[in-house]
Amino acid sequence: MAVLRKHGSFRLMVIMQKLGSFWMFLAGSLVVFAVIQVLLSTGAMGDVFQSTVVLIGINIILTVSLNLINGITGQFSLGHAGFMSVGAYASAIMTLDFNVPFPLALIIGGCVAALCGAIIGIPTLRLKGDYLAIATLGFGEIIRIVFLNTDYVGGAAGLSGIPNKTTWVWLFFFTLVSVILIQNFIRSKHGRACIAIRENEIAAEAMGINTTTYKVIAFMIGAFFAGIAGGLSAHFFYVINPSSFGFMKSFEILVMVVLGGLGSTSGAIIGAIVLTLLLTLLQPYPELRMIIYSASLVLMMIFRPGGLLGTKEFTLSFLNKKEGDPHGIASRSA
Amino acid sequence: MDYHIQQLINGISTGSIYALIALGYTMVYGIIKLINFAHGDVFMVGGFVGLYTTQILSAYLPPIPMFLTALIVAMTFSAVLGVLIERLAYRPLRGASRIAVLITAVGMSFFLEYAMMYIVGPQAKGYPGIIEKKTYHLYGDIQIDSNQVMILLSTIILMLVLVYVVHKTKTGKAMRAVSFDMEAARLMGINVDRTISATFAIGSALAAAAGVIFGMTYSSIDPLMGIMPGLKAFIAAVLGGIGSIPGALVGGLLLGTIETEVSANGFSMWRDGVAFLVLILILIFRPSGLFGKNVKEKV
Repeated sequence: MAVLRKHGSFRLMVIMQKLGSFWMFLAGSLVVFAVIQVLLSTGAMGDVFQSTVVLIGINIILTVSLNLINGITGQFSLGHAGFMSVGAYASAIMTLDFNVPFPLALIIGGCVAALCGAIIGIPTLRLKGDYLAIATLGFGEIIRIVFLNTDYVGGAAGLSGIPNKTTWVWLFFFTLVSVILIQNFIRSKHGRACIAIRENEIAAEAMGINTTTYKVIAFMIGAFFAGIAGGLSAHFFYVINPSSFGFMKSFEILVMVVLGGLGSTSGAIIGAIVLTLLLTLLQPYPELRMIIYSASLVLMMIFRPGGLLGTKEFTLSFLNKKEGDPHGIASRSA
Repeated sequence: MDYHIQQLINGISTGSIYALIALGYTMVYGIIKLINFAHGDVFMVGGFVGLYTTQILSAYLPPIPMFLTALIVAMTFSAVLGVLIERLAYRPLRGASRIAVLITAVGMSFFLEYAMMYIVGPQAKGYPGIIEKKTYHLYGDIQIDSNQVMILLSTIILMLVLVYVVHKTKTGKAMRAVSFDMEAARLMGINVDRTISATFAIGSALAAAAGVIFGMTYSSIDPLMGIMPGLKAFIAAVLGGIGSIPGALVGGLLLGTIETEVSANGFSMWRDGVAFLVLILILIFRPSGLFGKNVKEKV
């Protein structure tokens, strides 16, 4: 009896703790929201602060969605900037030419990006490892070259005069929703299937998981949110052009994910914040900026190849008791 | 008809540059399964070393010995650089996850690009035409200029040297053994680390030669020039079958020819897109490339 009761109360505790960590996460992010809202509305901080905050939000969406593809499903993609550009262009066209309301335009941008994700994913996801990375890189470049050669979207000059609609409120809303949705996907049955594919594709297939379907689903979800991020950035910076969505941008996103810890959503968020801040702080030294950035990248990989957090999640549950790695086995070969 | 033969000649001379770079990619990938993104930048550094060597030597030497000296200095410098990169950045990560090594490779690539930009400035530098440009008429309207002749000659000679090194020397034998099975090679007493260094040295030297030739062909170089040729050379290596030396040569020449044909038909803006399309098609339909071995997956 005592054992049973103990077991029961333990389960209750776990449930409370899970609920608790969600509400704590929500409350924590609302505090962040309120503080930044006050700082922005009083104008205590300058424009640089505002654009940094927006960049961090956009980068969080990008890294969390890339982490779903690279870190959770284990499919090495280097084409994230391509999806971002599709979303950016699609949503910008929506607001410029069709007067679609901003949130709807963003979602349309995301859907178009997800469609591209499906078109690209279905043939390429049969490839593995480096080959997949190179194929997605190639597709990302092809998307860029298509935009470069399409007069309707302005060719090399790109689209300009996009209305500035990305406010801090919208940005925060979309970032929060993206993180929650992706995290819920990862914790669901489908997310576990994706993790199984990452750990061992053949074993996952033998267990009855339709690996191709799940890989394409993960790819499409990742592409969808990358498209949303693209839309947000297009409606903040007024101008988009193909050159800002090259292979370098995909790489920058990947670096953020790996820096935070591949396979960890909180790691992806931390990576996005740290790297965006680092690049902004180095802004005054344009000649040395990239040298410091690249040197720190190499050093980081040599001394901490698993990233800051590894696959661990940063939770507040240590306040109550120690919790194991929510993703199970931490070892992974990418 | 003449027009297409002319384009073929132009394509082969562009393709030779890709082929020289692709050899380094393919050798490094064959031996440690790393896409060495910094390779395109070793090519760029080679171009700059060649430029400064010719600037220093131009007063003392006649054109052809000067070209050869520049080539040799650039190749030596880049070989040392390649070994250094491997020592400092890749060797500590032997056995780490692939993604960590890949990020290191791109980090190294950024480092070379921006360190070079810091040293020489971001503007493009003019390259002296070392050998006077002469145009030879073959037959009909087909012509070939001295630069193209020089590119072809250098590529063929370097390829022959490479084939000799890989197939006839002890280092070459060790390289083939390590790329076949690293552990077994180690057990047979082969110094694996030294062999990998040798691979980087040879690959980087070839890239440097391509850099000097590139500078002379397009008469201008800049610190970011390595990115696109680097990616294209990688496509060439995949096209030919990564890990295969004749594959890299054929892939490079083929890619160069396809690109010039696309440009010649008025789609020069789509040239890079076509190159990536070739990459994707080959990856989907024949991932092991034209000359690669098909490796079966074992459970």
